[in-house]
Amino acid sequence: MFISSQKSPPRFRDFTLVMPAVAVGNVGQLAVDLIVSTLNLSRVGFLHTDCLIPMVGNNPYATCKEDAEELHTSAEVYTAAELKLAVLQIRAPVVQTKSKKFRELLLSWIKESGFSRTVVLSSSHAYQRDDRQLRDTPLRYLITPSLLKVSEDALKELGWREMERAAAFPGVTDANTEPRLSIPGGGISKALYIDSCAEDVPLAVLLIFCSEGDNIPDAFTLVNHLNDWLHLLDNPSQEPHKWKIPTSWTLLFGSGIPPDLY
Amino acid sequence: MATFFGEVLSVYSRAVEEDEEELEENEEDAQIRKELEEKRDVHLHWSPEVSESLKSGNKLQCSDFILAVGHNAARFLSVYVLTSSNWDAVGHVSVWNERSRGVTGQSSEESACVFYRRKENPSVLICQLTCYVAEDQQFQWTEKVFDCLQHRELNVTVLSDSSMADYKTADYLCSSSAPFLRSLHTSAFSGQPVCPSLEQPNIVTGLPAAVLSHCQVHRIAAVVYQCYSDVIGPDSVSMETYKPALTRHGKSIQLDPSPSTDILRKFVRPTDIQSNLYI
Repeated sequence: MFISSQKSPPRFRDFTLVMPAVAVGNVGQLAVDLIVSTLNLSRVGFLHTDCLIPMVGNNPYATCKEDAEELHTSAEVYTAAELKLAVLQIRAPVVQTKSKKFRELLLSWIKESGFSRTVVLSSSHAYQRDDRQLRDTPLRYLITPSLLKVSEDALKELGWREMERAAAFPGVTDANTEPRLSIPGGGISKALYIDSCAEDVPLAVLLIFCSEGDNIPDAFTLVNHLNDWLHLLDNPSQEPHKWKIPTSWTLLFGSGIPPDLY
Repeated sequence: MATFFGEVLSVYSRAVEEDEEELEENEEDAQIRKELEEKRDVHLHWSPEVSESLKSGNKLQCSDFILAVGHNAARFLSVYVLTSSNWDAVGHVSVWNERSRGVTGQSSEESACVFYRRKENPSVLICQLTCYVAEDQQFQWTEKVFDCLQHRELNVTVLSDSSMADYKTADYLCSSSAPFLRSLHTSAFSGQPVCPSLEQPNIVTGLPAAVLSHCQVHRIAAVVYQCYSDVIGPDSVSMETYKPALTRHGKSIQLDPSPSTDILRKFVRPTDIQSNLYI
């Protein structure tokens, strides 16, 4: 599944992996684009699998003419060895019937590579929030027990809100229905989280409630939130962080308008 | 999502379907699902001669593999390349999905995916594909075909049809600029593409993307020439746009630079009028 693009396979042991879930508004993927583009990460390999819809394009993070014509595929891994950071970018939807297989492949790759922790950037439908979730911050987190052991203090200090469990049938008082986790529009986030709990993988999910539309502000909110924890970009002043928008973020809402339309 | 009138609409997300609960399946459902999956399998059928040479794990010697995806690309090859009698049909692929018409088990003449090999130079392989290969079949098609080819010094060229409606550009393109070519190539490709590179934020999807991904990952020299056209059906102008893409193949392909009108007429039928509403 992971194929290195370099002469020798990269080492991921003790790295932090940041990856997106293909979810509403593509916020996780946009946030990962910001990370790769700003930190100028270099590609180290591909996730070559039949679980993702194929797509290719030229370098989405091109800065000059020389690196513009580099081919990029639907799932690639980038690293910054000095930050002990690895980033997986997923650019295409998961093939519908292969969602379970994809999660299994991901988890087995994560375990084999020896990542110290995995952070999944995700999103959920804003219109399906319940009353508690309508208030305050739209950001939530989930964390597996094995990662909670090491990160509990950091999370307490950050004051983050854990994703609430909801009753399966609101209003129906039945002693048997346990409140359960639901991430509508979150793609594989929920199932990946549950599988990681079961397999003792140190994993966290960071998500934002949003709707489809111009999701660039949501991506910035999510990536700044992540930065509060991981400190990928550190500037001592209180100014907002400067994330670099990649060159591929153009014409998100279609081509130029025909002049004779008016 | 609530509208102004108070009714609640279910929203379709461009990113993701509702996450499905994985329900317990009974044996009968699992059996039906398995049969459906098997029906969607991609099957490669080679001629007896080729099957013989592929026995015991051998691969086909191949220096140039040219794949045409779409009606204009396929007919370009039929008109400009395959009209000479120098080509043998050596195999076909049968693939079934929700858009397939007709029965399964088609013969190679009716098949929408046929392989041809040059008689004097059997290391040149051409494939014409006019059927739809679904998203869950594209990877499988690519793996099965490339498993039969030796990768050393292999050069892959893909000709692919696309609609101008899919081409994004800041300056509005009027019809007079269509049809035109854009290219994408793998890191291992050392040649010079014959047209400009595909600009951001445009991408290539479908079978050409699956083939290019495979070649990029396995370090095979490959290039995709995508033809953006504003005509829906097959047309001779779009077909001619592909000519420069094969000029570097020169002798190995023997392109006919100006095919006769008879040949063109044979392959370019006017689009059948399916409805008189829009003539």
